[in-house]
Amino acid sequence: MKHFDPTFKKDTEKEFPLREEMRPRTVETPDGQTIEIEPLKDYFCEAPPKVHPKAYSKIVEDFYNWARAESLWILGFGTGCGAIEMRPLMTPRFDAYRWGIQWRPTPRQSNLLMISGYLSIKTLKRAIRAYEQMQQPKYVVGLGSCTINGGMYWDSYNTIKRLDDYLPVDMYIAGCMPRPEALLAGFVALKKIIKAGKAEGANLYAENFAQYKANQKAVIKDWDMPDYSW
Amino acid sequence: MKDLIAKLKKHYKLTEPDYRRADLTFVTAQKDELRSLLIALRDIEGFTHLVLLTAVDWLEEGLFQLTYMLNNRAANRTLALRVMIPRANAVGDTIHDLWPTAETYQRELREMFGIDFPGSPRVNDEFILEGWTDMPPYRRDFDSLAYSLQTYRERPGRVTHDPREHMKKALYPDQKPEAAK
Repeated sequence: MKHFDPTFKKDTEKEFPLREEMRPRTVETPDGQTIEIEPLKDYFCEAPPKVHPKAYSKIVEDFYNWARAESLWILGFGTGCGAIEMRPLMTPRFDAYRWGIQWRPTPRQSNLLMISGYLSIKTLKRAIRAYEQMQQPKYVVGLGSCTINGGMYWDSYNTIKRLDDYLPVDMYIAGCMPRPEALLAGFVALKKIIKAGKAEGANLYAENFAQYKANQKAVIKDWDMPDYSW
Repeated sequence: MKDLIAKLKKHYKLTEPDYRRADLTFVTAQKDELRSLLIALRDIEGFTHLVLLTAVDWLEEGLFQLTYMLNNRAANRTLALRVMIPRANAVGDTIHDLWPTAETYQRELREMFGIDFPGSPRVNDEFILEGWTDMPPYRRDFDSLAYSLQTYRERPGRVTHDPREHMKKALYPDQKPEAAK
């Protein structure tokens, strides 16, 4: 391991002030009224996520899980170099569409969030918002060693090391970067987990919501968004 | 380049130049002469392009070195001016009015090294980092690994092998490791 200064102490005292446009304030509307606004509360519902209940009988739940596994729609959120490895999957050579996998442009339409590489603090913030806007049931796959243990960013001051501290990860695909074949193998493995009813990441997130939020807020200093932004 | 340096030395206090290549020279200038030197180079000598503006942290000397690299496209020459400024309360002279691109470099230096450039547009805005509260991370007394260990949780099980020992073992498995001398 590289040497480091044991006397170095991180500055934990300083707080990042809330951005001016996010602060509660009194404004005058164009038609002359004076109103109080609180941007973080006014536009968002802050209700925490709920655990998605299982269907009333096992055979129905199994059918649901089969259906979920056979239509994995990916949110095209590219972070790091893994975004490049996902593109060939759309082409005829690998053709992920055979497995019912396709890419969607918005979080509302997709149920699989691929974290395709390292997440800096800045990107983590966006990834959390994207994840929370997805509808349940939803799954998270971490690609590459960066999401598993930091990878080559193990000594970076601005890159997280373990993705599962901040988002519930259902499946990791190892590699630096994993090839498209590895991604396909990962998708098939994820389908098995979903069909077995074990891909409970979103429910885990709802159950341990406070812990996840505490972890997220510990690294994202300028938290200028609601706690849950669906 | 020697002709140019000789010409500049008549008017400005420069140190002994460092001729890296036929078309690349480094020379250290005085801080108070920097602006007139840059204007002379740009308007008279044809160094119209600011290639980069960057900093070096001389922690032991207590100095920051600002490097202004200028390029004369027509003559295919690059001249880098070094200016030393004190490290404590580091303040540089803004040159955004000479080259508008310097504004971006100065914002970066403000965020990553903590060098202030009073008068430069948006110099105190965030550049790359978001919500950074610690000391500027490119300063040499900022320990990136120590910060990372104190901020992000490790996943156990990570091992590192010395490449030389590993390859020795892989290529010559019969050979005994050398006894310590």
